[in-house]
Amino acid sequence: MSERLSNARAEAAAFMERDYSQHPPAFTPGYKSSTLRAPKQALISYASTLSEKTGPAFGHNMLGELDNDLIVNFARPGEEAIGQRIVVHGYVLDQNARPVPNALVEFWQANAGGRYRHKREGYRAPLDPNFGGFGRTVTDENGYYWFRTIKPGPYPWPNGVNDWRPAHIHFSLFGSGFAQRLISQMYFEGDPLVPICPIVNTISDKSAIDRLVARLDMNNAIPMDLRAYRFDMVLRGRRSTFFENRPEGN
Amino acid sequence: MTRPIEYLKETASQTAGPYVHIGMTPNEYDITGVIAEDPGVTVISDGVKGERITVQGRVLDGAGKPVFDCVVEIWQADANGIYNSPAEHRAGVDPNFSGWGRQAAGENGEFSFETIKPGPVPAPGGGFMAPHITFWIVARGINLGLQTRMYFSDEDAANKGDPILAKARMVGRDHTMIGSREGSTVTFDIHLQGESETVFLDI
Repeated sequence: MSERLSNARAEAAAFMERDYSQHPPAFTPGYKSSTLRAPKQALISYASTLSEKTGPAFGHNMLGELDNDLIVNFARPGEEAIGQRIVVHGYVLDQNARPVPNALVEFWQANAGGRYRHKREGYRAPLDPNFGGFGRTVTDENGYYWFRTIKPGPYPWPNGVNDWRPAHIHFSLFGSGFAQRLISQMYFEGDPLVPICPIVNTISDKSAIDRLVARLDMNNAIPMDLRAYRFDMVLRGRRSTFFENRPEGN
Repeated sequence: MTRPIEYLKETASQTAGPYVHIGMTPNEYDITGVIAEDPGVTVISDGVKGERITVQGRVLDGAGKPVFDCVVEIWQADANGIYNSPAEHRAGVDPNFSGWGRQAAGENGEFSFETIKPGPVPAPGGGFMAPHITFWIVARGINLGLQTRMYFSDEDAANKGDPILAKARMVGRDHTMIGSREGSTVTFDIHLQGESETVFLDI
């Protein structure tokens, strides 16, 4: 056991155990793609080590001016994407309700007609030449993020005979540690497709689903321009470190 | 009445879906002009210290078919076992090394990272973990991103003392976490399901 020098930094704290009741299980036959891609063996559990407590740094200097503006970041000069103009904004917090600053937040979505700009996408709705569907940002010191986009359309997908995805925006979150890595989807308040979506319903906890639904936020709408949706996200929190460097600690 | 301790609950995971590339490797999938370079394209840069290796493999489903639409991320320490991270408490990381890589799998579920062999990393409670690379896999059909680790076949002695491999050994599955090294190439196939199912970690 090495002694810690007084000016040395303490090792980062481990993450709280993941609460799997909040997540979909791997095997969810209602969502057919999961059946051959779901591990069947038990996960091996181990308190997070330095390899999971650490993660790469993301700075605001990596961002381009239009990275968080999907209305114009793929558009021809002077043109804009077609659709309902919205801002999505909120906070990335950890389980201790502390802001997660410098988190990389990436988002992607279909266009207003429900069509993705992807070579394997075959839905008949047209592409919008001015819409790419990708954006990103990095949270500020308060964990706050925002981006401007158009509201994506719902679209049919091959699962059941007549399954439609509710309008949604995909999110990828990268906090301070690799164990916090998370991908999710944001839905829109009042969408009748949410409760009947097989992917939404891979989650059994109704309150966990409710927290994936962004709320219409008229206080932050810009009159005669766009509406706002508020969407907060929570990443795994770190434990307190008592008696670090003492094997008998914790 | 006793008031409960109020921790927030982690946001629920949802699958990355079939079009994950738009968000994570946009330039590779024709969403060009938004950002100059996809993040995580390179793990090392010129002048990096350590043994250069190629880490390659395939991601396969329970029917042995390639998971052609997944994204694989890796995270590893530098040649001295130090992470390039604000959460790393030790100084002296190699400045020519990011340690983080991201790739969209190819049509055959394949990935290939140019990197260096990591050094051993301190284990919780003392000692060292064997050199390893952490993997995270997301795709359509994966409801919660899968974490695993690749260890090295040329590190027998260190692998025997590794605490996480020891747990996998107890269930007879540690071999699924060993990348097979030949020369400078390390091959690590990831089986999501089936007889050769890779060990995935809750960590």
